[in-house]
Amino acid sequence: MNPPRPRPKLDDDNRAFWTGGAQGKLKMMQCGDCGEFTHPPRVMCRHCQSENMAATAVAGTGAIDSFSVNHQPWAPGLEVPFVIARVRLDGVPGVYLTTNIVNCPVEDVNFEDKVRVTFEEQDGIFYPLFEKAN
Amino acid sequence: MAKTREAYISGVGQSEVGVRLTRTPLGLTVDAVKVALAEAGLELSQIDGVSTFPGKSHGYLGFSPIGSDELIEALGIKSKFQFGAMEQPAQLSAIAAAAMAVKEGLARHVICFRTVYEAAAMSRPEEFAPLQHKEVSGGSQWTSPFWALSAACWTAQYANRHMHRYGLTREQLAMIAINGSKNAMLNPNARAITKEELTLDKYMSARLISTPLCLYDCDRFTDCSTVVIVSSGDALDEIACEPIRIAAMAGSCDRFSWDQVEWPAAYETGADLWKRTDYKPKDVDTVQFYDGFAFLPITWLEGLGFCGKGEGGQFIEGGTRIARGGELPLNTGGGQLGAGRLHGFGFAHEAATQLRKKGGARQIPGDPKVAIASSGGGPLAAALLLARD
Repeated sequence: MNPPRPRPKLDDDNRAFWTGGAQGKLKMMQCGDCGEFTHPPRVMCRHCQSENMAATAVAGTGAIDSFSVNHQPWAPGLEVPFVIARVRLDGVPGVYLTTNIVNCPVEDVNFEDKVRVTFEEQDGIFYPLFEKAN
Repeated sequence: MAKTREAYISGVGQSEVGVRLTRTPLGLTVDAVKVALAEAGLELSQIDGVSTFPGKSHGYLGFSPIGSDELIEALGIKSKFQFGAMEQPAQLSAIAAAAMAVKEGLARHVICFRTVYEAAAMSRPEEFAPLQHKEVSGGSQWTSPFWALSAACWTAQYANRHMHRYGLTREQLAMIAINGSKNAMLNPNARAITKEELTLDKYMSARLISTPLCLYDCDRFTDCSTVVIVSSGDALDEIACEPIRIAAMAGSCDRFSWDQVEWPAAYETGADLWKRTDYKPKDVDTVQFYDGFAFLPITWLEGLGFCGKGEGGQFIEGGTRIARGGELPLNTGGGQLGAGRLHGFGFAHEAATQLRKKGGARQIPGDPKVAIASSGGGPLAAALLLARD
């Protein structure tokens, strides 16, 4: 049994990202003026400084840009090995998510694997994890 | 018009380097100051500035137990230039800030220091309790919830991608740690950290931390203070040691985020460094590259143009090129992998030591005149080009 995941402190910038999974949606902060995404999320666009920002549901699919098989139990009881990956999101140019690849053996994970989001809920936080898409 | 002053490294010093030391952090810092003052031939009364990275770390004192305020107070320094901040591109920026201050005439002799006490603090949790937060915020909220709790996990992403894209191998990567251990065996200040030479067999059978990084690819917590005194070109007649000119400086940060940058900042900082000097990579006699994780020197070798992007693995293959007698001796004091997590300042200390030919058993051959010291990883980088000219 894994220990509880570290819990993010919710604020106006990040609430949609960490709770969007309640509707099964991966929500990323997008600018209503220039259309670019800002991540980590912020209520000001990092491309044009517009404050016309809204959390947009994105496809929740992507590809593995890089990954590492983690063997070190960083917390008591943490089950290893598991995969920490950097996922490139479809339709969200220039944005990556650090996440875990779940629901498959660690040796089945590879570069450029297509993945899709799957949420793990813990006390109202919906952690966006990814699993192989096929 | 006044001529531009140059900035020089005068004295350098290190306290005892150990694991779970009982000497106080302030005591270690003052020990290192005394060594540096002795080399420079300076009195405390001549010091008029203090610069440090990252300043006192109240959230976890083991990381940085002593700030500039405390050192000014403890040593009775009449400071005209004071600097200490986490928000700067990597550790050696504190030395760059001091160099800018002496160039501008704000101060003549600035003590730059980095004191680390992580091993001692971990062994005395009742005395050095980290501030406990129930929730994570800021940058760590994008990594910690996925158990990417260590910079090892973040660095591993770049390292594994390098293996995939460019064919970097674990046998090649091993050369950073093996080279570090060989050099550390000849460094008296590394005796508490490296007790035997690392072999390829031992490296390949070590436990994995976060692939491709194994135990020997990660530095270890160390207790130490390192001091580098930066002196003005106007004050060279006051110092007793051979001055080492800070010939160029660079530092960069474009996303303060380990996972949103395409390339570590070493590539941008490396290119910038050469824009500020007439020296070329072929003029460099030794390099002291940040190796908190073994992959990071590869980014510096490539970023500074000692080899092409993606060619770092081949460059270090077999280890002869980066050995003390090789064409580009790397981390001649052992680096952080061999000589402990001195957190950036050890690289400036070793570069100055080599350029003064005071490296003893680990001294590189010939008449070294130019060296590079670098610090940082991921989105943060700073580098100094040092010259005995």
